[in-house]
Amino acid sequence: MQTPPLTQASQRPVLSLRNVVKRYGSFQALHSVSLDVREGEVVAIIGPSGSGKSTLVRCIHQLEAIDAGAIYLDGELLGYKRVGDHLRAMGSADIARQRQQLGMVFQQFVLFPHMTVEENVMEGPMQVLGDKRSDALNRAHHLLKRVGLSDKLQSYPQQLSGGQQQRVAIARALAMRPRVMLFDEPTSALDPELVGEVLNVVTDLARAGKTMVVVTHEIAFAREAATRVIFMEAGRIVEEGEARVTLASPKTERLRTFLSRVM
Amino acid sequence: MDDDISQALHRTGPLRWIAGIALACITLQVLFFLVTNPRFEWPVVLKYLFAENILQGLGTTLLLTVIAMVVGTVIGTVAALALMSEFKPGRWAAQTYLWAFRGTPLLIQLIFWYNLAYLLPKLSLGLPFMAPVAEWSTNEVVTPFLAALLGLGLAEGAYMTEIVRAGLLSVDPRQYDAAKAIGMTPTRSFFRIVLPQAMRFIIPPTGNQVISMAKATALVSVIAMNDLLHSVQLIYNRTYEIVPLLMVAVFWYLCVITLLYALQSRLERHYSRGHRRNAEPVIETAVA
Repeated sequence: MQTPPLTQASQRPVLSLRNVVKRYGSFQALHSVSLDVREGEVVAIIGPSGSGKSTLVRCIHQLEAIDAGAIYLDGELLGYKRVGDHLRAMGSADIARQRQQLGMVFQQFVLFPHMTVEENVMEGPMQVLGDKRSDALNRAHHLLKRVGLSDKLQSYPQQLSGGQQQRVAIARALAMRPRVMLFDEPTSALDPELVGEVLNVVTDLARAGKTMVVVTHEIAFAREAATRVIFMEAGRIVEEGEARVTLASPKTERLRTFLSRVM
Repeated sequence: MDDDISQALHRTGPLRWIAGIALACITLQVLFFLVTNPRFEWPVVLKYLFAENILQGLGTTLLLTVIAMVVGTVIGTVAALALMSEFKPGRWAAQTYLWAFRGTPLLIQLIFWYNLAYLLPKLSLGLPFMAPVAEWSTNEVVTPFLAALLGLGLAEGAYMTEIVRAGLLSVDPRQYDAAKAIGMTPTRSFFRIVLPQAMRFIIPPTGNQVISMAKATALVSVIAMNDLLHSVQLIYNRTYEIVPLLMVAVFWYLCVITLLYALQSRLERHYSRGHRRNAEPVIETAVA
Protein backbone atom coordinates (compact mmCIF):
# COMPACT_ATOMS: atom_id res chain seq x y z
CA MET A 1 0.00 0.00 0.00
CA GLN A 2 1.73 3.20 -1.14
CA THR A 3 0.93 6.30 0.82
CA PRO A 4 0.64 9.43 -1.28
CA PRO A 5 1.27 12.62 0.65
CA LEU A 6 -1.61 14.13 2.56
CA THR A 7 -3.64 16.96 1.00
CA GLN A 8 -2.79 15.96 -2.57
CA ALA A 9 -6.37 16.54 -3.68
CA SER A 10 -7.02 16.90 -7.40
CA GLN A 11 -9.38 19.57 -8.69
CA ARG A 12 -12.23 17.51 -10.15
CA PRO A 13 -15.10 17.11 -7.64
CA VAL A 14 -16.04 13.48 -7.13
CA LEU A 15 -19.02 14.37 -5.03
CA SER A 16 -20.99 17.54 -5.48
CA LEU A 17 -23.96 18.82 -3.47
CA ARG A 18 -25.98 21.72 -4.89
CA ASN A 19 -28.43 23.58 -2.63
CA VAL A 20 -29.58 20.41 -0.90
CA VAL A 21 -32.72 20.82 1.21
CA LYS A 22 -34.09 18.18 3.58
CA ARG A 23 -37.27 18.56 5.60
CA TYR A 24 -38.89 16.30 8.15
CA GLY A 25 -42.47 17.57 8.22
CA SER A 26 -42.21 21.21 9.23
CA PHE A 27 -38.67 20.83 10.55
CA GLN A 28 -35.98 21.76 8.06
CA ALA A 29 -32.89 19.61 8.66
CA LEU A 30 -30.80 20.98 5.79
CA HIS A 31 -31.01 24.52 4.43
CA SER A 32 -29.63 24.70 0.92
CA VAL A 33 -26.32 22.96 1.57
CA SER A 34 -23.70 23.05 -1.18
CA LEU A 35 -20.41 21.17 -1.01
CA ASP A 36 -17.76 19.81 -3.37
CA VAL A 37 -15.51 16.90 -2.47
CA ARG A 38 -12.52 16.35 -4.70
CA GLU A 39 -10.60 13.17 -5.41
CA GLY A 40 -8.43 12.20 -2.43
CA GLU A 41 -9.98 14.74 -0.09
CA VAL A 42 -10.88 13.81 3.46
CA VAL A 43 -13.71 16.04 4.63
CA ALA A 44 -14.54 16.03 8.33
CA ILE A 45 -17.99 17.32 9.23
CA ILE A 46 -18.28 18.61 12.79
CA GLY A 47 -20.99 20.42 14.68
CA PRO A 48 -23.36 20.12 17.62
CA SER A 49 -25.92 17.31 17.67
CA GLY A 50 -28.98 18.12 15.62
CA SER A 51 -26.95 20.26 13.23
CA GLY A 52 -27.75 18.03 10.25
CA LYS A 53 -24.35 16.30 9.87
CA SER A 54 -25.73 12.76 9.93
CA THR A 55 -28.68 13.76 7.77
CA LEU A 56 -26.21 15.11 5.22
CA VAL A 57 -24.30 11.82 4.79
CA ARG A 58 -27.53 9.81 4.86
CA CYS A 59 -28.85 12.03 2.05
CA ILE A 60 -25.64 11.53 0.04
CA HIS A 61 -26.14 7.77 0.38
CA GLN A 62 -29.85 8.11 -0.59
CA LEU A 63 -30.93 6.54 2.67
CA GLU A 64 -32.97 9.72 3.03
CA ALA A 65 -34.64 11.39 0.05
CA ILE A 66 -33.78 15.06 -0.39
CA ASP A 67 -36.55 17.61 -0.96
CA ALA A 68 -34.73 20.09 -3.20
CA GLY A 69 -31.38 20.62 -4.85
CA ALA A 70 -29.20 17.92 -6.37
CA ILE A 71 -26.34 15.60 -5.52
CA TYR A 72 -23.84 14.42 -8.15
CA LEU A 73 -21.36 11.57 -7.97
CA ASP A 74 -18.73 11.71 -10.71
CA GLY A 75 -21.04 14.09 -12.57
CA GLU A 76 -24.00 11.68 -12.43
CA LEU A 77 -27.16 12.96 -10.76
CA LEU A 78 -28.09 10.71 -7.84
CA GLY A 79 -31.59 9.27 -7.61
CA TYR A 80 -33.11 10.91 -10.67
CA LYS A 81 -32.72 10.67 -14.41
CA ARG A 82 -33.60 13.10 -17.13
CA VAL A 83 -36.53 12.05 -19.28
CA GLY A 84 -37.17 14.69 -21.93
CA ASP A 85 -37.63 17.97 -20.10
CA HIS A 86 -38.29 16.36 -16.73
CA LEU A 87 -36.37 14.66 -13.99
CA ARG A 88 -37.91 11.39 -12.94
CA ALA A 89 -37.18 9.37 -9.78
CA MET A 90 -35.08 6.28 -10.46
CA GLY A 91 -36.19 2.73 -9.72
CA SER A 92 -34.68 0.84 -6.83
CA ALA A 93 -32.28 -1.15 -9.08
CA ASP A 94 -30.71 2.06 -10.46
CA ILE A 95 -30.44 3.55 -6.99
CA ALA A 96 -28.81 0.33 -5.74
CA ARG A 97 -26.27 0.57 -8.58
CA GLN A 98 -25.42 4.17 -7.60
CA ARG A 99 -25.08 3.19 -3.95
CA GLN A 100 -22.37 0.68 -4.84
CA GLN A 101 -20.11 3.66 -5.51
CA LEU A 102 -20.51 4.93 -1.95
CA GLY A 103 -19.28 3.04 1.09
CA MET A 104 -21.16 3.71 4.30
CA VAL A 105 -20.08 3.11 7.89
CA PHE A 106 -22.78 3.55 10.51
CA GLN A 107 -22.56 4.71 14.09
CA GLN A 108 -24.00 1.37 15.32
CA PHE A 109 -21.80 -0.85 13.02
CA VAL A 110 -24.90 -2.81 11.83
CA LEU A 111 -23.08 -5.96 10.77
CA PHE A 112 -25.18 -8.87 9.52
CA PRO A 113 -25.52 -10.97 12.71
CA HIS A 114 -26.28 -14.24 10.89
CA MET A 115 -23.01 -14.18 8.98
CA THR A 116 -19.42 -14.65 10.07
CA VAL A 117 -16.95 -11.79 9.81
CA GLU A 118 -15.60 -12.99 6.48
CA GLU A 119 -19.11 -13.65 5.13
CA ASN A 120 -20.09 -10.09 6.08
CA VAL A 121 -17.24 -8.74 3.98
CA MET A 122 -17.86 -11.17 1.08
CA GLU A 123 -21.62 -10.58 0.88
CA GLY A 124 -21.50 -7.39 -1.20
CA PRO A 125 -18.84 -8.52 -3.69
CA MET A 126 -20.52 -11.89 -4.25
CA GLN A 127 -24.20 -10.90 -4.22
CA VAL A 128 -24.01 -7.44 -5.71
CA LEU A 129 -20.85 -7.30 -7.83
CA GLY A 130 -21.09 -10.96 -8.83
CA ASP A 131 -17.49 -11.77 -7.88
CA LYS A 132 -16.37 -15.38 -7.74
CA ARG A 133 -16.28 -16.89 -4.26
CA SER A 134 -12.51 -17.38 -4.29
CA ASP A 135 -11.91 -13.77 -5.37
CA ALA A 136 -14.31 -12.43 -2.75
CA LEU A 137 -12.65 -14.57 -0.08
CA ASN A 138 -9.16 -13.35 -1.00
CA ARG A 139 -10.32 -9.78 -0.97
CA ALA A 140 -12.09 -10.23 2.37
CA HIS A 141 -8.95 -11.72 3.92
CA HIS A 142 -6.81 -8.90 2.54
CA LEU A 143 -9.16 -6.22 3.87
CA LEU A 144 -9.60 -7.87 7.25
CA LYS A 145 -5.82 -8.07 7.58
CA ARG A 146 -5.68 -4.38 6.77
CA VAL A 147 -8.06 -3.56 9.64
CA GLY A 148 -6.15 -5.94 11.96
CA LEU A 149 -8.74 -8.72 12.24
CA SER A 150 -7.06 -11.66 10.49
CA ASP A 151 -7.68 -13.79 13.56
CA LYS A 152 -11.48 -13.20 13.58
CA LEU A 153 -12.48 -14.45 10.15
CA GLN A 154 -14.84 -17.16 11.40
CA SER A 155 -16.22 -15.23 14.37
CA TYR A 156 -19.78 -13.94 14.49
CA PRO A 157 -20.36 -10.21 15.09
CA GLN A 158 -21.82 -10.89 18.55
CA GLN A 159 -18.49 -12.35 19.62
CA LEU A 160 -16.59 -9.16 18.84
CA SER A 161 -16.04 -5.94 20.77
CA GLY A 162 -17.56 -2.72 19.42
CA GLY A 163 -14.24 -1.57 18.03
CA GLN A 164 -13.69 -4.86 16.24
CA GLN A 165 -17.22 -4.78 14.82
CA GLN A 166 -16.70 -1.29 13.50
CA ARG A 167 -13.45 -2.35 11.81
CA VAL A 168 -15.33 -5.23 10.14
CA ALA A 169 -17.96 -2.71 9.01
CA ILE A 170 -15.20 -0.60 7.43
CA ALA A 171 -13.81 -3.68 5.63
CA ARG A 172 -17.33 -4.57 4.46
CA ALA A 173 -17.76 -1.10 2.95
CA LEU A 174 -14.28 -1.14 1.36
CA ALA A 175 -14.97 -4.53 -0.24
CA MET A 176 -17.32 -2.81 -2.69
CA ARG A 177 -14.40 -0.67 -3.96
CA PRO A 178 -16.39 2.55 -3.44
CA ARG A 179 -15.39 5.89 -5.00
CA VAL A 180 -16.17 7.66 -1.73
CA MET A 181 -16.35 6.38 1.84
CA LEU A 182 -18.96 7.96 4.12
CA PHE A 183 -18.67 7.66 7.90
CA ASP A 184 -21.60 8.56 10.15
CA GLU A 185 -20.05 9.16 13.59
CA PRO A 186 -18.08 5.90 13.45
CA THR A 187 -16.81 6.12 17.03
CA SER A 188 -19.79 7.61 18.89
CA ALA A 189 -21.15 4.24 20.02
CA LEU A 190 -17.78 2.94 21.24
CA ASP A 191 -16.31 2.70 24.71
CA PRO A 192 -13.58 5.35 25.04
CA GLU A 193 -10.73 2.84 25.03
CA LEU A 194 -11.91 1.40 21.69
CA VAL A 195 -12.12 4.71 19.81
CA GLY A 196 -8.42 4.72 18.98
CA GLU A 197 -8.31 1.42 17.07
CA VAL A 198 -11.12 2.57 14.75
CA LEU A 199 -9.70 6.04 14.20
CA ASN A 200 -6.33 4.48 13.36
CA VAL A 201 -7.95 2.50 10.56
CA VAL A 202 -9.76 5.59 9.25
CA THR A 203 -6.53 7.60 9.42
CA ASP A 204 -4.67 4.89 7.47
CA LEU A 205 -7.34 5.08 4.77
CA ALA A 206 -6.96 8.85 4.65
CA ARG A 207 -3.18 8.51 4.24
CA ALA A 208 -3.76 5.99 1.44
CA GLY A 209 -5.64 8.68 -0.46
CA LYS A 210 -9.19 7.39 -0.13
CA THR A 211 -11.83 10.05 -0.73
CA MET A 212 -13.85 10.30 2.46
CA VAL A 213 -16.57 12.26 4.22
CA VAL A 214 -16.43 11.70 7.97
CA VAL A 215 -19.03 12.97 10.41
CA THR A 216 -17.24 13.04 13.74
CA HIS A 217 -17.06 14.44 17.24
CA GLU A 218 -13.33 13.72 17.48
CA ILE A 219 -11.73 17.11 16.89
CA ALA A 220 -8.18 15.79 17.29
CA PHE A 221 -8.87 13.17 14.64
CA ALA A 222 -10.33 15.81 12.29
CA ARG A 223 -7.18 17.90 12.74
CA GLU A 224 -4.83 14.95 12.08
CA ALA A 225 -6.60 13.05 9.31
CA ALA A 226 -8.84 15.48 7.46
CA THR A 227 -7.78 17.75 4.65
CA ARG A 228 -10.81 19.95 5.12
CA VAL A 229 -13.20 20.57 7.94
CA ILE A 230 -16.82 21.65 7.68
CA PHE A 231 -18.63 23.10 10.64
CA MET A 232 -22.42 22.76 10.55
CA GLU A 233 -25.03 24.27 12.77
CA ALA A 234 -28.84 24.21 12.45
CA GLY A 235 -28.74 22.63 9.01
CA ARG A 236 -26.30 25.09 7.46
CA ILE A 237 -22.58 25.07 6.73
CA VAL A 238 -21.30 27.84 8.98
CA GLU A 239 -17.60 27.63 8.31
CA GLU A 240 -15.26 25.49 6.24
CA GLY A 241 -11.58 25.47 5.43
CA GLU A 242 -8.30 23.61 5.58
CA ALA A 243 -8.55 21.39 8.67
CA ARG A 244 -5.51 22.46 10.72
CA VAL A 245 -5.91 26.17 10.00
CA THR A 246 -9.66 26.24 10.60
CA LEU A 247 -9.49 24.30 13.84
CA ALA A 248 -6.50 26.31 15.12
CA SER A 249 -7.96 29.72 14.29
CA PRO A 250 -11.68 29.68 13.53
CA LYS A 251 -13.04 32.65 11.66
CA THR A 252 -16.55 32.57 13.09
CA GLU A 253 -17.55 33.12 16.68
CA ARG A 254 -19.87 30.10 16.53
CA LEU A 255 -17.11 27.64 15.62
CA ARG A 256 -14.90 29.17 18.30
CA THR A 257 -17.67 28.64 20.89
CA PHE A 258 -18.27 25.07 19.67
CA LEU A 259 -14.58 24.16 19.83
CA SER A 260 -14.17 25.63 23.30
CA ARG A 261 -17.09 23.49 24.45
CA VAL A 262 -15.91 20.16 23.00
CA MET A 263 -12.16 20.46 23.60
CA MET B 1 -10.03 -21.16 55.11
CA ASP B 2 -9.13 -23.33 52.09
CA ASP B 3 -12.63 -24.40 51.04
CA ASP B 4 -13.35 -24.98 47.36
CA ILE B 5 -17.02 -24.98 46.36
CA SER B 6 -16.24 -26.90 43.16
CA GLN B 7 -16.29 -30.03 45.34
CA ALA B 8 -19.68 -29.20 46.91
CA LEU B 9 -22.62 -31.62 46.68
CA HIS B 10 -25.78 -30.77 44.75
CA ARG B 11 -28.79 -29.90 46.87
CA THR B 12 -31.83 -32.13 46.36
CA GLY B 13 -34.92 -30.88 48.16
CA PRO B 14 -37.50 -33.28 49.64
CA LEU B 15 -40.19 -31.89 47.30
CA ARG B 16 -38.20 -33.14 44.33
CA TRP B 17 -38.06 -36.60 45.82
CA ILE B 18 -41.82 -36.65 46.31
CA ALA B 19 -42.55 -35.29 42.84
CA GLY B 20 -40.11 -37.75 41.26
CA ILE B 21 -41.72 -40.72 42.94
CA ALA B 22 -45.21 -39.48 42.02
CA LEU B 23 -44.24 -39.10 38.36
CA ALA B 24 -42.71 -42.56 38.31
CA CYS B 25 -45.92 -44.02 39.77
CA ILE B 26 -48.10 -42.25 37.18
CA THR B 27 -45.85 -43.46 34.34
CA LEU B 28 -46.04 -47.05 35.53
CA GLN B 29 -49.80 -46.81 35.98
CA VAL B 30 -50.32 -45.51 32.44
CA LEU B 31 -48.06 -48.20 30.95
CA PHE B 32 -49.83 -50.86 32.97
CA PHE B 33 -53.20 -49.57 31.75
CA LEU B 34 -52.06 -49.56 28.12
CA VAL B 35 -50.51 -53.01 28.21
CA THR B 36 -52.96 -54.97 30.32
CA ASN B 37 -56.30 -53.51 29.26
CA PRO B 38 -57.64 -56.06 26.73
CA ARG B 39 -59.95 -53.50 25.12
CA PHE B 40 -57.06 -51.86 23.33
CA GLU B 41 -56.91 -55.06 21.28
CA TRP B 42 -53.24 -54.63 20.40
CA PRO B 43 -53.23 -57.56 17.96
CA VAL B 44 -55.93 -55.75 15.95
CA VAL B 45 -53.85 -52.55 16.05
CA LEU B 46 -50.89 -54.46 14.69
CA LYS B 47 -53.00 -56.01 11.98
CA TYR B 48 -54.13 -52.65 10.61
CA LEU B 49 -51.03 -50.59 11.36
CA PHE B 50 -49.53 -51.11 7.91
CA ALA B 51 -52.76 -51.83 6.03
CA GLU B 52 -52.76 -50.37 2.53
CA ASN B 53 -55.83 -48.14 3.07
CA ILE B 54 -54.35 -46.70 6.24
CA LEU B 55 -51.01 -45.97 4.62
CA GLN B 56 -52.81 -44.28 1.73
CA GLY B 57 -54.71 -42.15 4.23
CA LEU B 58 -51.42 -41.30 5.95
CA GLY B 59 -49.96 -40.35 2.56
CA THR B 60 -52.89 -38.00 1.89
CA THR B 61 -52.53 -36.41 5.32
CA LEU B 62 -48.79 -35.86 4.81
CA LEU B 63 -49.21 -34.56 1.28
CA LEU B 64 -51.99 -32.16 2.30
CA THR B 65 -49.99 -30.95 5.29
CA VAL B 66 -46.86 -30.27 3.25
CA ILE B 67 -48.55 -28.62 0.28
CA ALA B 68 -51.00 -26.59 2.40
CA MET B 69 -48.11 -25.36 4.58
CA VAL B 70 -46.04 -24.37 1.53
CA VAL B 71 -49.04 -22.60 -0.04
CA GLY B 72 -49.89 -20.98 3.30
CA THR B 73 -46.32 -19.81 3.89
CA VAL B 74 -46.01 -18.26 0.44
CA ILE B 75 -49.41 -16.54 0.72
CA GLY B 76 -48.56 -15.48 4.29
CA THR B 77 -45.25 -13.94 3.23
CA VAL B 78 -46.85 -12.02 0.36
CA ALA B 79 -49.73 -10.86 2.57
CA ALA B 80 -47.31 -9.83 5.36
CA LEU B 81 -45.31 -7.73 2.88
CA ALA B 82 -48.58 -6.21 1.60
CA LEU B 83 -49.65 -5.38 5.17
CA MET B 84 -46.32 -3.66 5.82
CA SER B 85 -46.12 -1.83 2.49
CA GLU B 86 -46.89 1.81 1.83
CA PHE B 87 -49.29 0.82 -0.95
CA LYS B 88 -52.70 1.39 0.62
CA PRO B 89 -54.87 -0.79 -1.67
CA GLY B 90 -52.41 -3.63 -1.00
CA ARG B 91 -52.81 -3.13 2.75
CA TRP B 92 -56.60 -3.09 2.46
CA ALA B 93 -56.60 -6.27 0.40
CA ALA B 94 -54.40 -8.07 2.92
CA GLN B 95 -56.51 -6.87 5.86
CA THR B 96 -59.71 -8.04 4.17
CA TYR B 97 -58.13 -11.43 3.49
CA LEU B 98 -57.09 -11.87 7.13
CA TRP B 99 -60.50 -10.72 8.33
CA ALA B 100 -62.40 -13.21 6.16
CA PHE B 101 -60.16 -16.27 6.45
CA ARG B 102 -59.30 -16.06 10.13
CA GLY B 103 -62.84 -15.06 11.00
CA THR B 104 -64.70 -18.06 9.62
CA PRO B 105 -64.47 -21.72 10.70
CA LEU B 106 -62.17 -23.86 8.57
CA LEU B 107 -64.95 -26.42 8.16
CA ILE B 108 -67.19 -23.86 6.44
CA GLN B 109 -64.33 -22.77 4.17
CA LEU B 110 -63.69 -26.37 3.12
CA ILE B 111 -67.34 -27.01 2.35
CA PHE B 112 -67.50 -23.73 0.45
CA TRP B 113 -64.55 -24.62 -1.81
CA TYR B 114 -65.90 -28.12 -2.33
CA ASN B 115 -69.25 -26.70 -3.47
CA LEU B 116 -67.77 -23.88 -5.55
CA ALA B 117 -69.50 -25.27 -8.66
CA TYR B 118 -72.88 -24.47 -7.14
CA LEU B 119 -72.07 -20.72 -7.09
CA LEU B 120 -69.81 -20.67 -10.11
CA PRO B 121 -70.57 -23.46 -12.58
CA LYS B 122 -67.92 -22.37 -15.08
CA LEU B 123 -64.40 -20.98 -14.60
CA SER B 124 -63.43 -18.68 -17.44
CA LEU B 125 -60.31 -16.80 -18.42
CA GLY B 126 -60.58 -13.41 -20.09
CA LEU B 127 -60.87 -9.67 -19.57
CA PRO B 128 -63.58 -8.42 -17.20
CA PHE B 129 -67.00 -8.00 -18.86
CA MET B 130 -65.71 -9.45 -22.16
CA ALA B 131 -66.29 -12.79 -23.83
CA PRO B 132 -64.08 -15.40 -22.14
CA VAL B 133 -60.96 -16.70 -23.89
CA ALA B 134 -61.19 -20.12 -22.29
CA GLU B 135 -63.73 -21.89 -20.11
CA TRP B 136 -63.72 -24.94 -17.83
CA SER B 137 -66.35 -26.70 -15.82
CA THR B 138 -65.74 -25.92 -12.15
CA ASN B 139 -66.54 -29.46 -11.09
CA GLU B 140 -63.75 -30.83 -13.28
CA VAL B 141 -61.14 -28.32 -12.10
CA VAL B 142 -61.91 -28.20 -8.39
CA THR B 143 -61.45 -31.82 -7.39
CA PRO B 144 -61.84 -32.72 -3.72
CA PHE B 145 -58.05 -32.63 -3.44
CA LEU B 146 -57.82 -29.11 -4.88
CA ALA B 147 -60.76 -27.99 -2.73
CA ALA B 148 -58.92 -29.33 0.33
CA LEU B 149 -55.72 -27.55 -0.70
CA LEU B 150 -57.52 -24.26 -1.36
CA GLY B 151 -59.32 -24.48 1.96
CA LEU B 152 -56.34 -25.48 4.07
CA GLY B 153 -53.79 -23.32 2.22
CA LEU B 154 -55.83 -20.12 2.23
CA ALA B 155 -56.79 -20.49 5.89
CA GLU B 156 -53.18 -21.30 6.81
CA GLY B 157 -51.95 -18.28 4.83
CA ALA B 158 -54.06 -16.00 7.01
CA TYR B 159 -52.38 -17.28 10.19
CA MET B 160 -48.92 -17.35 8.59
CA THR B 161 -49.35 -13.69 7.59
CA GLU B 162 -49.25 -12.61 11.21
CA ILE B 163 -46.37 -14.96 12.02
CA VAL B 164 -44.26 -13.71 9.12
CA ARG B 165 -45.13 -10.10 9.92
CA ALA B 166 -44.04 -10.55 13.55
CA GLY B 167 -40.79 -12.11 12.30
CA LEU B 168 -40.10 -9.25 9.92
CA LEU B 169 -40.85 -6.67 12.63
CA SER B 170 -38.29 -8.35 14.89
CA VAL B 171 -35.44 -7.49 12.51
CA ASP B 172 -33.53 -4.32 13.40
CA PRO B 173 -34.65 -1.69 10.84
CA ARG B 174 -31.01 -0.57 10.53
CA GLN B 175 -30.33 -3.89 8.81
CA TYR B 176 -32.29 -2.54 5.81
CA ASP B 177 -29.94 0.46 5.68
CA ALA B 178 -26.88 -1.76 5.96
CA ALA B 179 -28.11 -3.93 3.08
CA LYS B 180 -28.78 -0.85 0.97
CA ALA B 181 -25.35 0.46 1.90
CA ILE B 182 -23.64 -2.40 0.08
CA GLY B 183 -25.77 -1.71 -2.99
CA MET B 184 -28.41 -4.41 -2.58
CA THR B 185 -31.78 -4.06 -4.27
CA PRO B 186 -34.83 -4.36 -1.96
CA THR B 187 -35.57 -7.88 -3.22
CA ARG B 188 -32.05 -9.13 -2.60
CA SER B 189 -31.82 -7.53 0.81
CA PHE B 190 -35.14 -9.15 1.76
CA PHE B 191 -34.00 -12.65 0.85
CA ARG B 192 -30.33 -12.39 1.93
CA ILE B 193 -30.45 -10.13 4.98
CA VAL B 194 -33.95 -9.61 6.42
CA LEU B 195 -35.71 -12.95 5.95
CA PRO B 196 -32.85 -15.14 7.30
CA GLN B 197 -32.87 -13.04 10.47
CA ALA B 198 -36.67 -13.09 10.72
CA MET B 199 -36.65 -16.90 10.40
CA ARG B 200 -35.39 -17.20 13.95
CA PHE B 201 -38.72 -15.74 15.11
CA ILE B 202 -40.87 -17.29 12.39
CA ILE B 203 -39.93 -20.95 12.91
CA PRO B 204 -41.19 -21.70 16.46
CA PRO B 205 -44.79 -20.49 15.87
CA THR B 206 -44.72 -22.05 12.40
CA GLY B 207 -43.89 -25.36 14.05
CA ASN B 208 -47.13 -25.02 15.99
CA GLN B 209 -48.97 -24.28 12.77
CA VAL B 210 -47.58 -27.36 11.01
CA ILE B 211 -48.66 -29.58 13.87
CA SER B 212 -52.15 -28.03 13.93
CA MET B 213 -52.29 -28.46 10.18
CA ALA B 214 -51.32 -32.14 10.31
CA LYS B 215 -54.27 -32.66 12.62
CA ALA B 216 -56.63 -30.21 10.88
CA THR B 217 -56.36 -32.26 7.69
CA ALA B 218 -58.76 -34.64 9.45
CA LEU B 219 -61.49 -32.10 8.59
CA VAL B 220 -61.18 -32.85 4.89
CA SER B 221 -63.05 -36.12 5.37
CA VAL B 222 -66.23 -34.00 5.15
CA ILE B 223 -65.43 -33.29 1.51
CA ALA B 224 -64.86 -36.94 0.61
CA MET B 225 -61.09 -36.86 0.96
CA ASN B 226 -59.58 -40.04 2.29
CA ASP B 227 -57.15 -38.81 4.93
CA LEU B 228 -55.67 -40.80 7.80
CA LEU B 229 -58.60 -40.36 10.19
CA HIS B 230 -61.17 -41.02 7.46
CA SER B 231 -59.44 -44.23 6.34
CA VAL B 232 -59.56 -45.45 9.93
CA GLN B 233 -63.23 -44.52 10.25
CA LEU B 234 -64.09 -46.42 7.08
CA ILE B 235 -62.69 -49.58 8.63
CA TYR B 236 -64.22 -49.31 12.10
CA ASN B 237 -67.62 -48.42 10.65
CA ARG B 238 -67.46 -51.88 9.15
CA THR B 239 -65.78 -53.88 11.94
CA TYR B 240 -66.73 -51.89 15.06
CA GLU B 241 -63.10 -52.16 16.32
CA ILE B 242 -63.18 -48.47 17.18
CA VAL B 243 -60.56 -48.18 19.92
CA PRO B 244 -57.79 -50.21 18.26
CA LEU B 245 -58.26 -48.40 14.96
CA LEU B 246 -58.16 -45.01 16.66
CA MET B 247 -54.91 -46.18 18.28
CA VAL B 248 -53.58 -46.84 14.78
CA ALA B 249 -54.37 -43.25 13.84
CA VAL B 250 -52.82 -41.97 17.09
CA PHE B 251 -49.65 -43.94 16.37
CA TRP B 252 -49.23 -42.40 12.93
CA TYR B 253 -50.12 -38.86 14.05
CA LEU B 254 -47.48 -39.12 16.79
CA CYS B 255 -44.91 -40.47 14.29
CA VAL B 256 -45.53 -37.53 11.95
CA ILE B 257 -45.28 -35.04 14.78
CA THR B 258 -42.05 -36.55 16.12
CA LEU B 259 -40.58 -36.16 12.65
CA LEU B 260 -41.73 -32.53 12.55
CA TYR B 261 -40.14 -31.82 15.93
CA ALA B 262 -36.80 -33.09 14.68
CA LEU B 263 -37.10 -31.00 11.53
CA GLN B 264 -38.01 -27.90 13.52
CA SER B 265 -35.07 -28.13 15.91
CA ARG B 266 -32.67 -28.57 12.98
CA LEU B 267 -34.11 -25.51 11.24
CA GLU B 268 -33.95 -23.52 14.46
CA ARG B 269 -30.30 -24.38 14.92
CA HIS B 270 -29.56 -23.37 11.35
CA TYR B 271 -31.21 -19.97 11.60
CA SER B 272 -29.91 -19.09 15.05
CA ARG B 273 -26.29 -19.14 13.95
CA GLY B 274 -24.41 -16.09 15.11
CA HIS B 275 -26.63 -15.65 18.15
CA ARG B 276 -25.20 -15.86 21.57
CA ARG B 277 -26.95 -18.87 22.99
CA ASN B 278 -25.38 -21.35 20.62
CA ALA B 279 -22.30 -19.39 19.61
CA GLU B 280 -18.94 -20.70 20.68
CA PRO B 281 -17.28 -18.60 23.37
CA VAL B 282 -15.08 -15.71 22.42
CA ILE B 283 -11.47 -16.82 22.38
CA GLU B 284 -9.19 -13.91 23.00
CA THR B 285 -6.12 -14.12 20.85
CA ALA B 286 -3.38 -11.57 20.45
CA VAL B 287 -3.89 -9.24 17.47
CA ALA B 288 -1.48 -10.27 14.74
